[in-house]
Amino acid sequence: MLGQIAYAFPFLLPGLWTTLEVSAITVAISTIVGALLGVGLVYGPAPLRWVVRAFSDIVRGIPILVLLFFVYYGLPITGLNLQPFAAAVLGLIVFKVAQVIENVRGAIGSIPRGQTDAAKAIGLPFPERLAYVIAPQALRRFLPPWLNGVTDAVKGSALISLLGVGDLMFGIQKVVGRTYEPLALYGFGAFLYFVINYALSLASRALERRFSYIRE
Amino acid sequence: MGYHLNFALIWRHFDKLWSGLILSLELAVVSIGIGCVIGLALAVAYVSGNRLVRGLIAAYVEVIRNVPLLLLVYLVFYGLPTVVDIAYSNTTSFVVTLSAYAGAYLVEVFRSGLDAVPRGLIDAGRSIGLTPGQRLLYVRLPTMLRIALPALSNTFVSLFKDTSVASVIAVPELTYGAQWINFNTFRIMEVYLVVTGLYLVTGYAILIGLRLLERRYAIGR
Amino acid sequence: MPIGPPLLQIQNVQKSYGATQVLRGVDLRVAKGEVVTVIGPSGGGKTTLLRCVNFLESYDNGSIMIDGQEVGYRDVAARKRRSERDLARMRAETGMVFQLFNLFPHLSAAENIMLGLTKVRKLSRREARDKALHWLGRVGLTDKADRLPSELSGGQQQRVGIARAVAMEPKILLLDEITSALDPELVGEVLDVVLSLAAEGMTMLVVTHEIGFARDASHRIVFMAGGAVGADAPPREIFAADQPNERLRGFLGRFTAAHRL
Repeated sequence: MLGQIAYAFPFLLPGLWTTLEVSAITVAISTIVGALLGVGLVYGPAPLRWVVRAFSDIVRGIPILVLLFFVYYGLPITGLNLQPFAAAVLGLIVFKVAQVIENVRGAIGSIPRGQTDAAKAIGLPFPERLAYVIAPQALRRFLPPWLNGVTDAVKGSALISLLGVGDLMFGIQKVVGRTYEPLALYGFGAFLYFVINYALSLASRALERRFSYIRE
Repeated sequence: MGYHLNFALIWRHFDKLWSGLILSLELAVVSIGIGCVIGLALAVAYVSGNRLVRGLIAAYVEVIRNVPLLLLVYLVFYGLPTVVDIAYSNTTSFVVTLSAYAGAYLVEVFRSGLDAVPRGLIDAGRSIGLTPGQRLLYVRLPTMLRIALPALSNTFVSLFKDTSVASVIAVPELTYGAQWINFNTFRIMEVYLVVTGLYLVTGYAILIGLRLLERRYAIGR
Repeated sequence: MPIGPPLLQIQNVQKSYGATQVLRGVDLRVAKGEVVTVIGPSGGGKTTLLRCVNFLESYDNGSIMIDGQEVGYRDVAARKRRSERDLARMRAETGMVFQLFNLFPHLSAAENIMLGLTKVRKLSRREARDKALHWLGRVGLTDKADRLPSELSGGQQQRVGIARAVAMEPKILLLDEITSALDPELVGEVLDVVLSLAAEGMTMLVVTHEIGFARDASHRIVFMAGGAVGADAPPREIFAADQPNERLRGFLGRFTAAHRL
């Protein structure tokens, strides 16, 4: 079994790299877009709030797999022809943006109202309240669930193998097809994903402990 | 654009989507049922077990939660039969996977629910002379279940969405139905519009229904 | 008894939440240097009134003026709200201390005080820190300057809350049940700080359940019930045996009965 894994590992490296790359791009873009939309959802004018709420609810109601197929197979019909890689990343970004929006809303929403009252009472206008009172606290509440949510991007990225993107999952499938050793290879693949995601969850928990003073 | 949406072919094959939707729901119901049994048993074992038991349960939870569902589906469907000598259908294989998956999430739900049972209630049970087993059965579990209801509802809706992954091993659920129609009609945009609508309407209908039930039974708001 | 033009003038203020009217035409005046205490049953509108003075709540009708300036509206008759910057400038003239302290948990005690001084009063960090340390000294917490709120006791947090409000040199200080969330043994240290500020002539509007404090520290006591002012008089008259307001007599009677227990 170890022999098979040693044989397979070099073939998996490019896929592993692609998985990390796709996850990183997805997380980077969705964090920026999601943070902006999330702030819009909390503080924006009513029409913006409705649009963001509808976007988030719809996206979170659709299986990621269907979302990916929709982007990959559906969009070309509208004239937007995306390569598998681009379609995969776009689909994952849409999925993650909705998640980040909810992370932001949760983070801001969990700050007691008294904080805004106190900031108003010392005469801080809205931008300063946001910058010096709300944002620093929201950030500490946002980071742990956000980091934990990165694992969802990594796990979700396994589905892009179904669009033919050469990620880790795709690599595993290829080697399985060649060696007919499914148990060892899927097991090893599970181990690789586990290492990445478990590290992220541990980091998330450490952050949560570090920022626990903010809730006391 | 130049593309005209044409749903006629979708409606002609709608039975594929309908039977797929029903199967998706069945998969989710069966899996959450088995998952609840696993989750409850392990949550109780966790809070009353020794370090070894806790470690093993934590390992199960962490492994499942940190590995993509797709990989677990492949592992059970293609990998397991090479060592375990039982032949099972694609659907059974998927139910096994999704139940184990649900179990891992529900252990956490039930465990934190047990943690959230107010100490005063347990003390009250002790003060009227209930044994530890009776306290668990009559005080902690019923209270925990009510606390855990909202999380249980959310888990069910997520499982319903996760059933779409079963399409990769040709389980004829909703997403597979969509692919079948695609393959035979090429009305891809229309199929995914309809399927997306079905997932959304069904998912939110379930969620709203469960929220109404929660309002009747849930506590701690 | 301090005299002078009213620093705070509340006239016929009304406010409703949906169908429930919480303020039914309140009139109240506070002169410069005066300490006015508002007492009364819970739900009587005391806290809402205080929050209106700082425009943390808007009022539907009537007028609230501080030093001759309308608090929340640039045109009272047309109900045109002040702009965000304008409101912030007005609020900086009033200091508020809250029941639940509301210290900023990510900032140290000194930084809590410095935030308004640097961002609103535009002091340099150095000046702001000196001032923060001065006020922390006044409330007896010099050694806690660099502690986070979570490292302080409730009484200490509330003293920082007072220092944060006073350091802004407000024209009037609003105290909203500032001892209600404290353990009984910590109430004294907070009230001592308030008494020393009162002795220095700080103008205050105080909502409290500490009837003893109201009797000893205030120039006037206002009794609020059902969203209206039921009595407004010096403590001696409020506590007089022949107090004509029956509701007030009942309220004080319950209070003294409870404290004899």
